[in-house]
Amino acid sequence: MKEGNVKGIDPTTYDELKQIAARYPHKRSGLLPMLHLVQSAQGQITPEGIEACAEILEITAAEVSGVATFYTMYKRKPVGDYHVGVCTNTLCAVMGGDAIFAKLKDHLDLGNDETTEDGKISLEHVECNAACDYAPVVMVNWEFMDNQTPESATALVDDLRAGKEVHSTRGPKLCTWREAERVLAGFNDGQADQGPAAGPASLVGLSIANDKGWTAPEGDN
Amino acid sequence: MDTLTPVLTKNWADDRAWTLEAYTNQGGYGALKKALAMQPGDVIEAVKASGLRGRGGAGFPTGMKWGFLPPDEEGKAPKDRYLVVNADESEPGTCKDIPLMMASPHTLVEGVIISSYAIRAKHAFIYVRGEVLHVIRRLQAAVQEAYAAGHLGKDIHGSGYNLDLIVHAGAGAYICGEETALLDSLEGRRGQPRLRPPFPAVAGLYASPTVINNVESISSVPSILEHGADWFASMGTEKSKGFGIFSLSGHVANPGQYEAPLGITLRKLIELAGGMRNGHELKFWTPGGSSTPLLTSEHLDVPLDFEGVGAVGSMLGTRALQIFDETTCVVRAVLRWTEFYKHESCGKCTPCREGSWWLVQTLSKLEKGQGQESDLEQLLDICDNILGRSFCALGDGATSPISSSIKYFRDEYLAHLEHGGCPFDPAASALHTDAGQLEVGA
Amino acid sequence: MTTTPAKSDLVTLTIDGIEVSVAPNTLVIRAAEQIGVQIPRFCDHPLLDPVGACRQCLVDVPDAGNGRGFPKPQASCTLTVAPGMVVNTQATSSVADKAQRGVMELLLINHPLDCPVCDKGGECPLQNQAMSNGNGESRFANEPGTVKRTYPKPINISAQVLLDRERCVLCARCTRFSQQIAGDPFIALVERGALQQVGIYEREPFESYFSGNTIQICPVGALTSAEYRFRSRPFDLVSTPGVSEHDACGSAIRVDARRGKVMRRLSGEDAEVNEEWITDKDRFAFRYAAMSDRLTHPMVREDGKLRPASWLEAFAVAARGLQAAKSVGVLTGGRLTNEDAYAYSKFARVVLNTNDIDFRARQHSAEEAGFLAEHIVARQGVTFTDLESASVVVLAGLEPEDEAGSIFLRLRKRSRRGGRVVTIAPFSSRGTRKMQAELVATKPGDEAAAIAKLKLDSNAVVLVGERLAAVPGALSAAAAAATKSGARLAWVPRRAGDRGALETGCLPTLLPGGRPVSDASARVDLAAAWGVDRLPETVGRDGNEIVSAAASGLLDALVIAGVDSADLADPSLAQQALDKTFVVSLDLRESSITQYADVVFPVAADTEKAGSYVNWEGRVREFEQAFETPAALPDLRVLAGIATEMGVDLGFRTPAQAADQMHTVGAWDGARVAGTVTKAEGAAEGLVLAGWKQMIDDGRMQDGDPKLRETARKPVVLVGAATLNDLGVAEGDVVKVSGDNGSIELPVALAADMAPGTVWAPASAPGASVRHLVGPAGSRVRIAEGGKA
Ligand SMILES: Cc1cc2nc3c(=O)[nH]c(=O)nc-3n(C[C@H](O)[C@H](O)[C@H](O)COP(=O)(O)O)c2cc1C
Ligand code: SF4
Ligand code: FES
Repeated sequence: MKEGNVKGIDPTTYDELKQIAARYPHKRSGLLPMLHLVQSAQGQITPEGIEACAEILEITAAEVSGVATFYTMYKRKPVGDYHVGVCTNTLCAVMGGDAIFAKLKDHLDLGNDETTEDGKISLEHVECNAACDYAPVVMVNWEFMDNQTPESATALVDDLRAGKEVHSTRGPKLCTWREAERVLAGFNDGQADQGPAAGPASLVGLSIANDKGWTAPEGDN
Repeated sequence: MDTLTPVLTKNWADDRAWTLEAYTNQGGYGALKKALAMQPGDVIEAVKASGLRGRGGAGFPTGMKWGFLPPDEEGKAPKDRYLVVNADESEPGTCKDIPLMMASPHTLVEGVIISSYAIRAKHAFIYVRGEVLHVIRRLQAAVQEAYAAGHLGKDIHGSGYNLDLIVHAGAGAYICGEETALLDSLEGRRGQPRLRPPFPAVAGLYASPTVINNVESISSVPSILEHGADWFASMGTEKSKGFGIFSLSGHVANPGQYEAPLGITLRKLIELAGGMRNGHELKFWTPGGSSTPLLTSEHLDVPLDFEGVGAVGSMLGTRALQIFDETTCVVRAVLRWTEFYKHESCGKCTPCREGSWWLVQTLSKLEKGQGQESDLEQLLDICDNILGRSFCALGDGATSPISSSIKYFRDEYLAHLEHGGCPFDPAASALHTDAGQLEVGA
Repeated sequence: MTTTPAKSDLVTLTIDGIEVSVAPNTLVIRAAEQIGVQIPRFCDHPLLDPVGACRQCLVDVPDAGNGRGFPKPQASCTLTVAPGMVVNTQATSSVADKAQRGVMELLLINHPLDCPVCDKGGECPLQNQAMSNGNGESRFANEPGTVKRTYPKPINISAQVLLDRERCVLCARCTRFSQQIAGDPFIALVERGALQQVGIYEREPFESYFSGNTIQICPVGALTSAEYRFRSRPFDLVSTPGVSEHDACGSAIRVDARRGKVMRRLSGEDAEVNEEWITDKDRFAFRYAAMSDRLTHPMVREDGKLRPASWLEAFAVAARGLQAAKSVGVLTGGRLTNEDAYAYSKFARVVLNTNDIDFRARQHSAEEAGFLAEHIVARQGVTFTDLESASVVVLAGLEPEDEAGSIFLRLRKRSRRGGRVVTIAPFSSRGTRKMQAELVATKPGDEAAAIAKLKLDSNAVVLVGERLAAVPGALSAAAAAATKSGARLAWVPRRAGDRGALETGCLPTLLPGGRPVSDASARVDLAAAWGVDRLPETVGRDGNEIVSAAASGLLDALVIAGVDSADLADPSLAQQALDKTFVVSLDLRESSITQYADVVFPVAADTEKAGSYVNWEGRVREFEQAFETPAALPDLRVLAGIATEMGVDLGFRTPAQAADQMHTVGAWDGARVAGTVTKAEGAAEGLVLAGWKQMIDDGRMQDGDPKLRETARKPVVLVGAATLNDLGVAEGDVVKVSGDNGSIELPVALAADMAPGTVWAPASAPGASVRHLVGPAGSRVRIAEGGKA
């Protein structure tokens, strides 16, 4: 019988997809993380993945496809091991994001949403990633690479292509895109303890306050 | 009152601040103990009394929102209730919730448990945007630790209260920050806003009573319980009580997070941030993300609270202070934001979907110096046809940068037309080029 | 249920300065209609949940009823009325007018300017409202260098339905219909923002039995049918209200014809019956009447061959043959209009002097005839609306999605509001699941026992399908259950003319109006009405008996109307019967009877005559003639012609005259004959076949519409987990089902809740006529891996 092996989805993944659905009071809530898992297992959103989700959630494949095409993190063609997102929303763009993106396109010979032939790097311009105090920001597999310049960004992609160990400026050693997608599906990879609690920009206000002895008033306690 | 009042940011520099151990060592989960000893209704009263207003942008009183949940119907099994934390933080310029959850996820988790207890929810969700992997790791780990410590799960600390908390990663859609779109997304659907009424308090997640609050709102709750409503209300201004995280980004010397009582001014904040970057001048800024109308140097002394910013025709929003100096072309900035809204429009309603498509085309031509002055009137008219006509506030937000920039910088638009293109050097506004000061205009 | 609220419950508000009182919860857009103000709209549809997506219907609300106004214009399609509310529409408010013009301008920026070649041109809400509520010129198109959103030309979202994405205004009517009404969300909004569009999943096309409704409610020309595309312009069409001939629902349709040819059919509006929806069969299956095998002139057999004849000659030859016969049987099928059925009924009694007449060209029984006479005929019982309000609706021997589409939609509507449906069936079908019906998994043959176990109350409704006639004791059990509990009972046949045939007495036991043949006073009453001395007294032969009597020589002539010999209970015996007898055939097209017929009369299709059907509710559904065809006559006119040759005047020559006479004759108000209670036998041992005809199948009335057939469900054999396990095959593998008639090979699939000992296969599907190749439902079968014995 086909349960557990929907044409191309291996039984382990199928089982994990069911586990995700089971986390929620209503199983359809699992769809977003399930699609993350499909990407982790298959490298992109695939027809098999869509069908497996539809089958488990008892909805139509058209409904799954409506969801899969709505969100920008779901990819309908393969991305690189390292998916590089350059923030080109206004603030980062002005602060250098546009220059970084132009430089990387040129350096990697890629257009937006394209992948190098070796499958290592894909490039995309992304919207504001909530790190404006570290502008210009580059994301690699959704890890922060803060305060970039065109030069630092080219060095970054070169290192990634060369297989060197690269760390997020505020997190662990960069994992692959597929590994990252697995975390997004809710399967923690045990890397939470890597990196600092906060980057320097996050702490500027606090350190001024500490310097000046400013605090919130004493409370009841 | 001190100028800066670190409460939420207070432990961010602590060693391994994200761990349960570090959090507990500095008094964490003490508020939870207090709360569990209270009646749920009293917790709601405390939050009401504190005057806490939503930190997600709209500033709706948090305690009042909780109070809207319909009481259980007599003789019927109580309906499930849900707490959903809006951790989608995607409004351009907004960057406070992400560092909070990265540095001290337990502050949020504790807030979630107290708030869920107050509204008698058995399930809570943290809907966090998907593009912040490490933050998600930290949240997942914190939730796991909290379960292990008995802060979550069955019969929490012998109170008889049960709570499950799920960290749910989104998948890239700004609109999912809008609370009803978030609910649809959390139900595994396309993140498109829902019709209101019914409001989420009555029929939210799974058509059950639901409270949705921003990360910072929920994270403020433990401190209110710990130090008292009066303590919270002693900070801030008359109608905008308490503290908030102000996020400075852009052309200031030291961008970053500054936690201060509501009502602080931008002048003060820029001063704390070491002034504008080398010798430059403030040109325009957003008080609360790109959806709040731009302000200029005339507004440096506006109190940054809901009323003060409202009075000058903008909104406090998320206190995302994006600061641009005179090297920045406002037309370029506005065009880029408009492209963002076009990209992020969910597509449900005509004004936002089609309007953002048109606005981008008109603005790009203006930016290239094509078109004529009457195009500005047309732009304003299209904005008028979108603002208040679209299904949700995303469409409204899309018009803010355009209308406000034409209001303050009409001449700069005209300069593009006269110049036959942008009179600015983009390199001058970037950080990596040390282009020094440039004269504006051709 | 629609109840008119008491005057005091009404909500009074002011729209454009005019006070209006409406029911609570009325939407402002509809309240405005009541004072004659049409607010422009696209996404709004009265039968769909409001979405407020298009924003075309914005109005100004200076007072929400609480003294405060809304700062922004409000969507009138999502705003409910409140006492004291003040609403100003585009008619009186410049704010509303500007808002609407603004939205219209935005809707048009990406809309192609292809009205001249668009199917919807001339009947397009966008075109019309752009004229009435839009600006004359677009500022967008006037800007040099502006780029419109374009897509490659139309794509097929099913074999039948095409989608032109450029024209779509994203109102989501189609997707909401599919999800909310039909329960078939095979289309969904995909992509985001300005690129949002309607889409399918490529491997799962929009194969819904109700897909055509989306074309009709699409407010632009984005959805079109392969069948109608580019065929015609609305202003060239003549519209005639009609009633669908494809099932017993009596759904209102609209027939659009041009120069004597049907170009398309649409759903009519009838809140009491089909609301605004019809099945794809109702909509797309009409070319059968214009096929090349359509009979165009009478024929008589000479030297073993049929040759054309004049009407008069054919009347004479038929009359002579029938007069010469010792006794004649009449088989009428279930597709006749009331008027035609009445004519056959009267013809049999007063011209042929026999009660040997039966409309049941399918499995039938004496138990069924008794049941119909006692409980159904001449009773107005359960209605469509009752299906919404009953405490529970029980289905037995009825698969509404396949067999009665409008009942299915009503039951789905009921279930969306939490109403209970229980189905006595072999497994939970797609349709069952869409109604959230509770399954009483029942092996064919065990229906009577399942019915007997039901707990019913007096608000319950039991719908029995005609298939129950094949199960001894089942109809008796249904009748007993209803009598005991006070629950209401309705009989749902498959064909449009079945109920009318019952009412008009096309049965061996019943005369028109439900008069029992066995009741002398009923016969006298009718004889008086008909002005004849007497009527045949003995109860006639039923369909099966007519066939066997003809095969054995007891009958020597048959009059047959639109019956396919393959539909009869024993097709091979039927062939013998046809071989031996003088056959008068009245038919639309050449059929399996034609080759045996001695006289052939071409008869008029529904569009070519006026008439009526009685639907399952017992409601008379009249329709008009759409156009004339000289080549064919209504059945009743042919019968009148033969009768005249035989020296009898039937008293009518037109449908209207027949209808008048029928009304004069009226219904019988005397005693009914109680049916005999038949004992249940229970299911056969071992593996038993279950099945019914799927909506889109190999039926002759779907001929000529290949695109419709392509959307049929692919035939599969369904088995339970145990059977699948025993077989040792996987889903999708081919299995062989063998029965008394032979065998068929089809792919197998799992139906997890299949009743034990049951295998299901469609009784008919394109290319897979299981009932002929294997055997009838309820018969014993064997199943094996495909390719094996
Ligand atoms: C387009 C749009 C995006 C939004 N994005 C966010 C967001 O990312 N985070 C957030 O907390 N609120 C966001 N909001 C506001 C929420 O709808 C909602 O008001 C808020 O989550 C309520 O929480 P609060 O009362 O604690 O502020 C957004 C609103 C709109 C219209
Ligand atoms: S195809 Fe027609 S009905 Fe469907 S969304 Fe588009 S315009 Fe509306
Ligand atoms: S008709 Fe009201 S929003 Fe579409």
